[in-house]
Amino acid sequence: MAPVIESVNISKKFGNITALYDVSFEVNVNEIFGFIGPDGSGKTTLFRIIATLLLPDSGSMKVLGLDSVSGFKSLRREIGYMPGRFSLYQDLTVEENLKFYATVFGASVEENYYLIADIYSHIEPFRKRLAGNLSGGMKQKLALSCALIHKPKLLILDEPTTGVDAVSRTEFWAMLERLKEYGISVIVSTPYMDEAMRCSRVALIQNGRILSVDAPLKIRDSFSRRLFRIRAGDKYSLINALRKYPETVTAFPFGDSVHTTFKGDSYDNSLSEYLIKCGLTDVTIQETKAGIEDRFLELMENSDQKNTDQIF
Amino acid sequence: MTGKSVISVKNLVKKFGNFTANDNLCFEVYEGEIFGFLGANGAGKTTALRILSGLLEPTSGEVTVAGYDVSKDSEKIKKNIGYMCQKFSLYDDLTVSENIVLYGGIYGLDNQSLRERKNKLLKQLRFEEYETRLIVDLPLGLKQKLAFSVAIIHNPRIVFLDEPTGGVDPVTRRQFWEMIWETASKGITIFVTTHYMDEAEYCDRVSIMSEGRIVAIDTPENLKKQYNAETIEQVFVRIARPLKN
Repeated sequence: MAPVIESVNISKKFGNITALYDVSFEVNVNEIFGFIGPDGSGKTTLFRIIATLLLPDSGSMKVLGLDSVSGFKSLRREIGYMPGRFSLYQDLTVEENLKFYATVFGASVEENYYLIADIYSHIEPFRKRLAGNLSGGMKQKLALSCALIHKPKLLILDEPTTGVDAVSRTEFWAMLERLKEYGISVIVSTPYMDEAMRCSRVALIQNGRILSVDAPLKIRDSFSRRLFRIRAGDKYSLINALRKYPETVTAFPFGDSVHTTFKGDSYDNSLSEYLIKCGLTDVTIQETKAGIEDRFLELMENSDQKNTDQIF
Repeated sequence: MTGKSVISVKNLVKKFGNFTANDNLCFEVYEGEIFGFLGANGAGKTTALRILSGLLEPTSGEVTVAGYDVSKDSEKIKKNIGYMCQKFSLYDDLTVSENIVLYGGIYGLDNQSLRERKNKLLKQLRFEEYETRLIVDLPLGLKQKLAFSVAIIHNPRIVFLDEPTGGVDPVTRRQFWEMIWETASKGITIFVTTHYMDEAEYCDRVSIMSEGRIVAIDTPENLKKQYNAETIEQVFVRIARPLKN
């Protein structure tokens, strides 16, 4: 089957700022494809180009087999777009918003209700409430319902889970998973690495460039070194000591420990001796499996050293 | 965690009409501790945070912050705490330097110590070249570091952080947590509210609120053991049921 999205060397500048630089990737039918990157990395610009709302400076973007520039009119009927900022009508009720979006696309709530049933049922008790008076989690569910009600082939979700609590986020991802059954492909962006594992494939994006595209497990497993999780009573002294240790390559805070890599991919007894000499207590050193965030850090260090130096 | 208690909450109740936002909260937070305050949307975190920072009076209960009673000495509490929220901590249309001076002034620093601390801060952050830049022109990561530094410019006993690292890249995020570790190691207590459970993993202890009550409070490690979970996220999803409205 032809890919849902084929992006070839897409670039976009705003004045002097390059928002996207030669971005190429493909999204396949029925995938949940994630773009993981920090604020300002270019995710929203890319999504706007895919959604036919912004023209690329160069490159070609094919969505559902149509060119996003010349085919924008037909394309708009086939996609559902949920922007990062809540953009429903705050002074319409829940029900009115949903009906409005269905009507704009020439659909009806009744014919496609099955698509949104398990999302919308959470907010249906409040259908007479103004959208502006909903809580964050409910707004997000309504926005998703409105983006889906015309049965798009491709759903574009820009940071749908930002500011939403962990329970609602878990429900949200479960809902996306179910959309596959209806043949709806999804692209979704998030600044949160832990959400990457829920996607079929992810693209790591930073400073307008894609660093890597793969299944999340493969990205994680391509971490190139052995990784050690080091803990001690005083975390701040620990990380400073590790940074000064001549065999250390990288040392990053990770929860209650410091994720560390060493030259030659191992350490010997001199490390514990050194840490004890630094005055640290309760030191434990364990080898650990890299997470997707470890790999992102590694990719950023490798490909982006110059940019990082400029910023810091 | 050992040490002196800097936040002491006993039987805190806060009602708005018939609605009980905080239902008999009891907990202590210690000096130099990184304390995570978690809960679903609407669980009552913001209400509790407002009470702890002297902005709202409890309906009943005893709450002391930095040694002061929130019902009687809220002005003294405000001088002993710092606050940083990711969304609106700095003024976009003022420069880096102007923001530092503004906040230092609000926190009651005199001109001499304000000047000294400003220069020290700019040097520490390697921010000298940004001194006269408008905040609006800074990358998000730099804004966050500056906002945090400004929130502790008056050397408070406690700093409250509201979702501090949302949206930044993993490298910047780690630099930010190192600043927090450094600050905590100097004895300043860090009180973090967040929806992001990986931020919770950095805390010495976390509490989880649900429907106005604290349903769990312990070290992340103990909570994970207790609920046989690999991450705090799993613990959270299991016990912090959101309000149905």
